[in-house]
Amino acid sequence: MSIDDIDRRVIAATQAGLPLCPRPYAQIARQIGIDEAELRARMAAMLERGVIRRIALAPNHYALGMVANGMSVWDVEDAQAEALGEKVGALEFVSHSYLRPRAEGWPYNMFAMVHGSSREEVERKRAEIAALLGPACRASDILYSTRILKKTGLRLRGEG
Amino acid sequence: MRRAPLPDDALDATDRAILNALQEGFPIAERPFAEAGAEFGLSEEALIDRLAHLREIGAITRFGPFFDAVAMGGAFCLCAMEVPRARFDEVMTLVNEHPEVAHNYERDHRLNMWFVLAAETPEGITSIADQIEQETGLTVFRFPKLKEFFVGFRVAV
Repeated sequence: MSIDDIDRRVIAATQAGLPLCPRPYAQIARQIGIDEAELRARMAAMLERGVIRRIALAPNHYALGMVANGMSVWDVEDAQAEALGEKVGALEFVSHSYLRPRAEGWPYNMFAMVHGSSREEVERKRAEIAALLGPACRASDILYSTRILKKTGLRLRGEG
Repeated sequence: MRRAPLPDDALDATDRAILNALQEGFPIAERPFAEAGAEFGLSEEALIDRLAHLREIGAITRFGPFFDAVAMGGAFCLCAMEVPRARFDEVMTLVNEHPEVAHNYERDHRLNMWFVLAAETPEGITSIADQIEQETGLTVFRFPKLKEFFVGFRVAV
C-alpha cells in the first residue's frame, strides 16, 4: 500500500481538513498544482486502498455532552473475540472497539471506548456491554482518564 | 479543543442528523456539499454554513479525510506503564520528551500512564519502547492494535 510523492502532497494538503467551500477538491488541487480530476481520482484510489479510511467529520464528544469517557477492557474468549468486537463496536455509545494482545497481569484482549454524560451513565453502558458479551467474557475493567499529559497530532514524515 | 458541553439548545435536529450521517462518509465529487446536502434537504450553501457553524461552536473536531497511518507506512502502538506515584512527574517528562509519543493520558488504574507511540516502522516502535524502559527502569507494556471496529458515535436525533 505505497504512496507516491503526489499522494503525499494530497495528504499534507488535506490533513487539517477539507475547506468548506462549494468545490473543496478543486481548491486542494489548485493548492498542490494538479488538476481536480486527478486529485479526485487519487483520493478515490486511496480510499479504495484503505490509505484514506473515510472522508468524514469527527464529533467533539465533550461538546456534545459526553464528558465522561472510559476505556473499557474485556477478557473475551479468543474464538469469539472478532464477532463480539464487531457487535460492541456497533453499539451507539461506543466510538471504537479494538482487539489487542494480552500481557502479563493484563488479561484483557478487547478495548472499547465508552462515552456518556456522567460516570454513572458510562457504568450503565458498561453493564450493557457485559450483557452483550455474556459468558464469553471472563473479566473486565474500566479505566477513566484523569489527566491529558501530552496531546499532539499525527505527524507525517517527509513534511518538515 | 472545547471540553465543556454545549448548551442543550445549541444543536437542532438537522445539526444532529448531519453529525450522525457525515461520520459515515462524505462524497468525492465536484460539488460534494450539494450531494451530501440533498440527504438532509439542504442546499449546498446551507450545508456549508451549518458545518462552518458546527466547527465554530466546537461540535466538530475535524472534517476531512482520515488517513490510515499504517497504510501510509507508519506504525503505531498503544503502550502502558505502572508508574510509582512518587516518580510520576519525572517519568512523564522522560516519556513526553520523545517526539514519537503522540499522546499520553493518566488513567486511574495500576497501569496509570497510557500513551501512543508513532514511528515509521514496527522496529521503530520496539526501539523507542525499549529506550523508554531503559531510561525509566519501568516496563513498557505494548498493546498494538490487532483489529479495529469502527462504526462511529451517535447523537440522539
